[in-house]
Amino acid sequence: MKRRIPVVPCSGIGKSLGAVAREAAFILAEDLSPERTKIVALSPLVMGDPETCVEVSGLPAIAIDGCKLECAAKGLAAAGACEVHKIAAFDVLRRRRGLKPEGVSELNEDGRLLSKAVAEEAAAVVDKIVGEDEDA
Amino acid sequence: MPDLPKKKVGLIACSGEEMPEGTVSRRAVREVLEKLRPDDAVALCLPLFLAGGEGERAFARHYPTITIDGCEKRCAAKATEKFSGRPASAIVVTRLREGPGTCAIGSARCLNAAGKKLAEKVARAVASETDRLLGRKER
Repeated sequence: MKRRIPVVPCSGIGKSLGAVAREAAFILAEDLSPERTKIVALSPLVMGDPETCVEVSGLPAIAIDGCKLECAAKGLAAAGACEVHKIAAFDVLRRRRGLKPEGVSELNEDGRLLSKAVAEEAAAVVDKIVGEDEDA
Repeated sequence: MPDLPKKKVGLIACSGEEMPEGTVSRRAVREVLEKLRPDDAVALCLPLFLAGGEGERAFARHYPTITIDGCEKRCAAKATEKFSGRPASAIVVTRLREGPGTCAIGSARCLNAAGKKLAEKVARAVASETDRLLGRKER
């Protein structure tokens, strides 16, 4: 795949899981898969900023959402991503019941652990997308 | 006397992930909510606002809003105007950054000390606008 996979976090500001989604996107795009992914901000995407929309149009993309309203996934679909792979922080949390993420500006340790777990699930999706692309 | 709901100001941060100023906007709003004006302001979630959250949009139609944008794209201000009404006040972080002594503020992921200081400056500006909109003397 020549173009990097767009990754859009929800970045909700009211709850910790929005901050987890945001941090997970940074971990994915800066630490785990910097060559293959790129963070795209949700706000300009939904507002139709041409420079931002071109980053996702026609590409498979990853939405990392904090809550079940799935704002990032909806934004990506509306902006023309050809396939939206959904990662939900609340689903990952459900599988790691011991974690109690707190904080928004600064996540607590559990929040950081959850972010890492979310990012690792997203990285597996990146591997899958790239693998399918190479097979094609 | 009926117990009327308290008038509050809605804060809408762009939270842009592509630039540190987006993180500044986000941090500034949390600073206002948690420390500076916890009883006078609420955060409206921009992603939800954009995705059609009727509760967020209705609040912004009936209560004054302050948008805090990281850059001149002004996504938060434009979205508020498009879906609810003109924001009562619109702050752009890059404008508050201008002037002598401008220095690097870190990354979108991690603000440095200057970035955190800028967030405090933006938070004070938001708190001041909150006071003005609620007709209160600045504290």
